[in-house]
Amino acid sequence: MTQTRYYRTRSPEPEKEKARGGTAMRVIVPLQGVVQGRGGLVLGSIIPCALFYFLQFYLKRNRDDPDDQNESGSPPRNPTTRSSSSEQLPELPVLTRSLSRALLSPRNPSGPVPISTRVSGIVKGADSPYYVGLRRVEEDPYDELDNPNGVIQLGLQENKLSLDLVKDWLAEHASEAMLGNGKELSICGIATYQPFDGLMEFKVAVAGLMSQVMEKGVIFNPSQIVLTAGATPAIEILSFCLADTGNAFLVPTPCYPGFERDVKWRTGVEIIHVPCRSADNFNLNIAALDTSFNQAKKRGLKVRGIIISNPSNPVGNLLSRETLYSLLDFAREKNIHIVSNEIFACSTHGTEEFVSMAEIIEPEDIDRKRVHIVYGLSEDLSLPGFRVGVIYSLNEDVLAAAKKLTRFSSISAPTQRLLISMLSDTRFVQTFIATNRERLQRMYVQLVAGLEKMGIKSIKSGGGFNFWADMSGLISSYSEKGEVELWERLLNVGKVNVTPGSCCHCIEPGWFRICFATLTEKDIPVLVERIQKVLKPVN
Amino acid sequence: MRLIVPLQSVVQGRGGLIFGSLIPCALFYFLQLYLKRHRSHNPQSSPPSPTLSSPKLAELTRTSSRSNLFSRGSNGQVRISSRAISIAKPNDSPYYIGLEKASEDPFDRFGNPDGVIQLGLSENRLCFDLIEKWILENLKDSMMGSDDGDLNINGIATYQPFDGTLELKLAMAGFMSHIMGGAVSFEPSQMVLTAGATPAIETLCFCLADQGNAFLVPTPYYPGFDRDVKFRTGVELIPVHCRSTDNFTLSITALDQAFNQTRKHGTKIRGILLSNPANPVGNLLSREMLHAILDFAREKNIHIISDEIFAGSIYGDEEFVSMAEVLDSEGFDKDRVHIVYGLSKDLSLPGFRVGVIYSFNENVLAAARKLTRFSSVSAPTQRILVSMLSDTRFIEEYIKTTKRRVRNMYDLFVAGLKKLNIRCADSSAGLYCWADMSKLISSYSEKGELELWDKLLNVGKINVTPGSACHCIEPGWFRCCFTTIVEEDIPVVMERIQKAVKSTTILSNSS
Repeated sequence: MTQTRYYRTRSPEPEKEKARGGTAMRVIVPLQGVVQGRGGLVLGSIIPCALFYFLQFYLKRNRDDPDDQNESGSPPRNPTTRSSSSEQLPELPVLTRSLSRALLSPRNPSGPVPISTRVSGIVKGADSPYYVGLRRVEEDPYDELDNPNGVIQLGLQENKLSLDLVKDWLAEHASEAMLGNGKELSICGIATYQPFDGLMEFKVAVAGLMSQVMEKGVIFNPSQIVLTAGATPAIEILSFCLADTGNAFLVPTPCYPGFERDVKWRTGVEIIHVPCRSADNFNLNIAALDTSFNQAKKRGLKVRGIIISNPSNPVGNLLSRETLYSLLDFAREKNIHIVSNEIFACSTHGTEEFVSMAEIIEPEDIDRKRVHIVYGLSEDLSLPGFRVGVIYSLNEDVLAAAKKLTRFSSISAPTQRLLISMLSDTRFVQTFIATNRERLQRMYVQLVAGLEKMGIKSIKSGGGFNFWADMSGLISSYSEKGEVELWERLLNVGKVNVTPGSCCHCIEPGWFRICFATLTEKDIPVLVERIQKVLKPVN
Repeated sequence: MRLIVPLQSVVQGRGGLIFGSLIPCALFYFLQLYLKRHRSHNPQSSPPSPTLSSPKLAELTRTSSRSNLFSRGSNGQVRISSRAISIAKPNDSPYYIGLEKASEDPFDRFGNPDGVIQLGLSENRLCFDLIEKWILENLKDSMMGSDDGDLNINGIATYQPFDGTLELKLAMAGFMSHIMGGAVSFEPSQMVLTAGATPAIETLCFCLADQGNAFLVPTPYYPGFDRDVKFRTGVELIPVHCRSTDNFTLSITALDQAFNQTRKHGTKIRGILLSNPANPVGNLLSREMLHAILDFAREKNIHIISDEIFAGSIYGDEEFVSMAEVLDSEGFDKDRVHIVYGLSKDLSLPGFRVGVIYSFNENVLAAARKLTRFSSVSAPTQRILVSMLSDTRFIEEYIKTTKRRVRNMYDLFVAGLKKLNIRCADSSAGLYCWADMSKLISSYSEKGELELWDKLLNVGKINVTPGSACHCIEPGWFRCCFTTIVEEDIPVVMERIQKAVKSTTILSNSS
């Protein structure tokens, strides 16, 4: 009776604030039922007694564990055996070796020395199709002449279309760039300790590139840049700085499969996926963000920010100016951060214009402190091997912490010297961007045509290296299982490595991410043929 | 632990009324009070569960109106994580303050003769001429591939294995065994390359210990360990104090004591973090000591991280023994040993950012390989280093020359200090003197030490590292790096020390 009344009185309350008010809880006085005679016996005595009883059980069980581990190394706790059951096919050879070696040292009285529990999750957590596929290609990569039966790589975000331009530049300028224009070699500028967050000259060059790439007069201030060894550590550092262990970020899906690793592994931060749907062209939807935010809060998770990719990976659509504004409004209302991953900013190949988050925020606005932009040279300049990532933030505290954390992830000085020259060569950069866009567009159009002939449709992409292809008509069952089955056949029968949508946390099965920038035009017929071979038995 | 059954007294009549009912009821009551208070400070938390509902409406509205006030206050400035706040704070350790000061106003004999002389950064600048010569001659070939300038762009621009290319691992294995006197050979497949030794140590800590676990570290230790180990991994460092009477040599008894004491406090120790050759003292661990440490680690079932980054910078007559060599002779129980190495000291290339994890533990290697995604060496640098490390003639000449020059500088520097009546601990490796200035400090305490450090920095304009930054328990010791200067600077340094010391004695006399 009391409960129903409670619900009735509370539900009509209009403001959310009131419903959220945690203090609405009333203290239950133990044994009050006995005193007041109002049926409180259950609430007042049995519940606490039962809770206490279970608490003891819980404590007892938890206490046994460390002792076991210390003294006898009981089998379930033993790291070697644990990983043996969980590590699956991909790492089998390594595994048996390590096992046998551990068994060979029986003189050790206390069993193998344990490694940390947080890392045992990392050791075994690599069996997602994304990583399995990448490894398969590494072992047996396709080459037109040397290995025509190898696996074609369509799963790695790499742009090989314009490598010739980079090569020409390097061949001509590399030694000069590092040695200092034929003048005296400044060994002190290369060999000695440099600022860990990047040389100032390099920051200036990167800021120049970013201003150029994002066009329309956004000026990037070099002093607000922190450089890291790739965009991956940039995201990790931001996630460390913005959220504490157990906090969460909202991530619209389908998303980049690597976020799982970049955001969660070492920082202990959670990801809450916000599903976008094919009906909306997988466009971001503020209502969905709001629902996920409220659900997370109900579960007691504290949401500290949103991570978006713009142009999005894998879908390749661009966020419109209006979406960005409403996103900022949403972040302001909830008082959370926005991490905008813009590593594909100048790899656009459609007619749509790219709008950077930096354009949306005004320098004097208080909201500038909640926006952090991630950039890098891996995608836009096709230099993933150089490992250069950028954090651009207007939040002084985040910059200060990030600068110190770059001690763990800084770029080597020779590489910085090389890139300073490259980025300062405006003519080269301009030609590169223009040519690269053109080539991306050509490949995209050709592949779209090739796949459409087979009846595979994709979402129209405006940027990035991917098709987001709809093969839901081709999977045996409309489920994740059906999708992974098709992925397996593509990999093993067709010898084509694509990324299934489930790795990108897409909630609709049957979507695949196909990276087209790793191919040459000559490969397209081979690819089409291979996909056809896989699809035939189904049709 | 015995379970207390609620209301058991009622059933068994054994006086358990208190244990069985009152305690849980009281605990529950206080739990509610605690939750209630905690929630009103934290309006973002989840809504109340309906089971705890009450019929009294008046009370309900009152409390929720209070939370409204709180929630309005929280909007506005967006917060960053509390762990980032503690990192973002300016460093107050003299180690970092000194480094900053010296980098703002660096001494230059011609350009800035009144600048701060940097003796606090461990950098070896004595052999830059050799490296410069090599780079000038070989840079182009090393990056482009020697066959007439045909650049293999796929080896540079594209994604490479994040834990280092196999070529560089091979070259590194060769270099390491060369520099350690050829007594050990290293297996490239047990190697993981990182962007410097700092991330190598962090990665290992992350792999070996969970948050709240601890490592034993003999003091005085490298001031950077506090950052490398604690910043992001949440692992603690337990100092194991060594004393000047033993020339700061580690003793197993001290290790054992620290281990037991920490265990009593409930902290779990997962390993020992050693530097060998020791930084800052510069002494070496003997073969017997290494065996004893290994036995200790086996007995307690903990890991050993051996930081051997100075392995090639030996200037004394003592022989350096790597942990890897001791393991070779023991032949089992290798899983607990992890070696850290890098090119920043022995090859004087800190700007290149190359560190090495060498481990015998397959699980640690597997995890570390994945974590190098966050800290990998850039491909052009790897290319250059493959050529440089494979150039045996250059490496041999380099090792010989550095040894000679470091030794020469050490002798001159120590002799200079001796003239000022400052003695140094016996040392035979590294780039430092561990100097005893305890007679020069105004009070025998950390305060006195920092006073002298301050005088040295601001009056004498030399930046040294005070022992307290290295967690040395005896006050008055200072770490002076002598490889960042040239021979002609030594008289200047001595003069400046004298000047600073004078100003402190005047001060303490007048007060």
